[in-house]
Amino acid sequence: MLFPLASDYLVWLLVAALASFAYYCSRNPHLAAPWARVFRSRAAVASAVVLAFFVGVGLLDSVHYRPRLPATDPAAPPVYSVEVRSLLDLALTRLRTRLEITYSAPLATRLLQKERIERPDGTSVRDYPRLRFGGQHLKDEADLSQDVALRIVAGLALAAAVWSLVVLAGRRTLARRWPFVPWDAAAIALAALLALAGPVAMLAAGYHVLGTNQVGSDVLYQALKSIRISLVIGTLTTLVLLPLGIAAGITAGYFKGWLDDAVQYVYTTLNSIPGVLLIAASVLMVQVYIDTHPELFPTSAQRADFRLLSLCAILGAVDWTGLARLLRGETLKLAQLDYIEAAHAFGVSHVRILTRHILPNVTHIVVITLVLSFSGLVLAEAVLSYIGVGVDPSTISFGTMINAARLEMAREPMVWWSLAAAFVFMFALVLAANLFADAVRDGFDPRVRV
Amino acid sequence: MLAYIVRRTLYAIPILVGINLFTFALFFLVNTPDDMARMQLGVKRVTPEAIQKWKADRGYDKPLLYNAGQDGVRSVSETIFFEKSLKLFAFDFGRAEDNRDIANEIRTRMGPSLALAVPVFLVGLAVNITFALGMAFFRATYLDFWGVILCVAMMSISSLFYIIGGQYLISKLWHLAPISGYEGGLDALKFLVMPVIIGIISSFGGSARFYRTVFLEEMGKDYVRTARAKGLAESVVMFRHVLKNGLIPVLTGVVVVIPTLFLGSLISESFFGIPGLGSYTIDAIQAQDFAVVRSMVFIGSALYIVGLLLTDISYTMVDPRVRFG
Repeated sequence: MLFPLASDYLVWLLVAALASFAYYCSRNPHLAAPWARVFRSRAAVASAVVLAFFVGVGLLDSVHYRPRLPATDPAAPPVYSVEVRSLLDLALTRLRTRLEITYSAPLATRLLQKERIERPDGTSVRDYPRLRFGGQHLKDEADLSQDVALRIVAGLALAAAVWSLVVLAGRRTLARRWPFVPWDAAAIALAALLALAGPVAMLAAGYHVLGTNQVGSDVLYQALKSIRISLVIGTLTTLVLLPLGIAAGITAGYFKGWLDDAVQYVYTTLNSIPGVLLIAASVLMVQVYIDTHPELFPTSAQRADFRLLSLCAILGAVDWTGLARLLRGETLKLAQLDYIEAAHAFGVSHVRILTRHILPNVTHIVVITLVLSFSGLVLAEAVLSYIGVGVDPSTISFGTMINAARLEMAREPMVWWSLAAAFVFMFALVLAANLFADAVRDGFDPRVRV
Repeated sequence: MLAYIVRRTLYAIPILVGINLFTFALFFLVNTPDDMARMQLGVKRVTPEAIQKWKADRGYDKPLLYNAGQDGVRSVSETIFFEKSLKLFAFDFGRAEDNRDIANEIRTRMGPSLALAVPVFLVGLAVNITFALGMAFFRATYLDFWGVILCVAMMSISSLFYIIGGQYLISKLWHLAPISGYEGGLDALKFLVMPVIIGIISSFGGSARFYRTVFLEEMGKDYVRTARAKGLAESVVMFRHVLKNGLIPVLTGVVVVIPTLFLGSLISESFFGIPGLGSYTIDAIQAQDFAVVRSMVFIGSALYIVGLLLTDISYTMVDPRVRFG
């Protein structure tokens, strides 16, 4: 049974909005030209490929359902589990369900800790027990390196096959439609991505590629699940930020007078409160609300989802001031120009001037601000979750992963793989976002054009 | 000048009042004191008597805005708004959950916070500006290119990883400094070295790159071309002209944070066990100690407003074009 969470609706709404914005851009030369400039940059094209991978994982993780429980009586109405899963969970069933007892290193066949093992002859010995799932298909553990090597080769072969197919197909379609894009950068990024993903997928079928954490769950699975949270926080925040920032910014800059004073007062006041403290205080208040109204959240997934959405709303309500300030300044400048004067002279209404003449001319500021804010939000999630005012502690996110693993480096023997996994995934996501944002800024900034 | 400062100070008052009202609304109108009591005492198995006692102990048992049971001034002063919100203006912060005086706690914790935040701020600023100036000097060479790449890569790493990785390298692998803790006096030095270094590194990427763009923008201006045209050496152009003028936009971002250095840094203080205001705030957030969080929000905002004021004043001092309009 499909069971969309509130954030799923918003995610797909955002996808639809982005699609229509893309269509709008393609119809308007003044927006199509900067995008063409963006995609002439090799760094932007390569990072777009990496971002597309993350977005793909995030979207798969945004279709939730409740699995049907096996019916005892065929005539009875179907019963659904209270556990909410996503398509990504379905695809990663093997990773999700194959729980070990506790820590195990990447590609290990045995646990990290010694335990008492019963021998067939009745005696017991303290040794590192074999994992329940990782490397269980191996008859002899000495074959481990050979098996791993074989799987890596098979993964690379698979990756090469997929890569050639995609490149061939792309050359016939995409490259003809947009010949100016440096497609070789995309092909290289795709090759690197597939060269990682192929072997990992092959290995993941038999091992815990990135090891297991304290409760024995697969770290690779956790890292993949964290992607959606990062993307949701980085993007859904804009749904709050955008209307507030645009409305306040352009009306203040256009109408001036008391409205301008009021908007400036509100954003100076909000800006004066240190961001982290404001977010922390607001999230504490949301948590009080959640705890005192348990009846509103039948499943724990819904509770966690409400907290996630509140966090997005709070981040948006804190961050809109920057956009509003920029838009106010730009609108002040635009409102002086002749074409606005002319519109006034023709008796065009204020609403129409704002939507038809001002808004399209500040779009570049909006786009630049949104793209630049994304990576900051992804990083903020980790810090906030570490403090305890981020996502629900039961949600798997980069922040909660780091928080759970922060003492593991001091352990003996050291457990580094949870942190390493969170680091690599976050670094790839934020770096790609930063590079893409730089290209977008360069493409849209009117100062670059001259 | 004096009139200007007075006017700017007066302008800060409505903003402080706004912050005060906002925090009051956030802490008492979004959720009632009853909700907070229920949450603190555990949602299930809570009796009305326990809630009443929790509220009475903390002074939350009064009406929010107007006390009809009292007359005269007391009808306004015997309320939560007066006791918990207006008294913040007099730096009367009340007591924390552990019944300690918050104002006293803030005074004692300010020292360690400053001991960490000031070196990070000063040394970090010097390092970032030096590096940014270097990149601008060698612009459009491989040095500049890889410098920018380094900055972007360092920007993309969460501050948490700098701390965790630094602790691992410096303390566990190289045994150069204790992993966490704090002592007063000169002994503090050995505990502070590592957090300071890590603090500087984690702010490096973003700042150095930002200062580089500032300097590059400055270098494109006419007066720089004039200076070059009259035959000045590139180093003179950089240090006498570009550095001096480039510091004006840098000033905006820098002066405003000086007062907020008192607040310390939230994350590194709690990681390194430094008993400053940052770790105090984090502990309060985790223990859901609303009185402390409320006080810190107010102090933080007040300090930020002082920072804005200082920014305006410093502008008028460094840039003679800015008039006291």
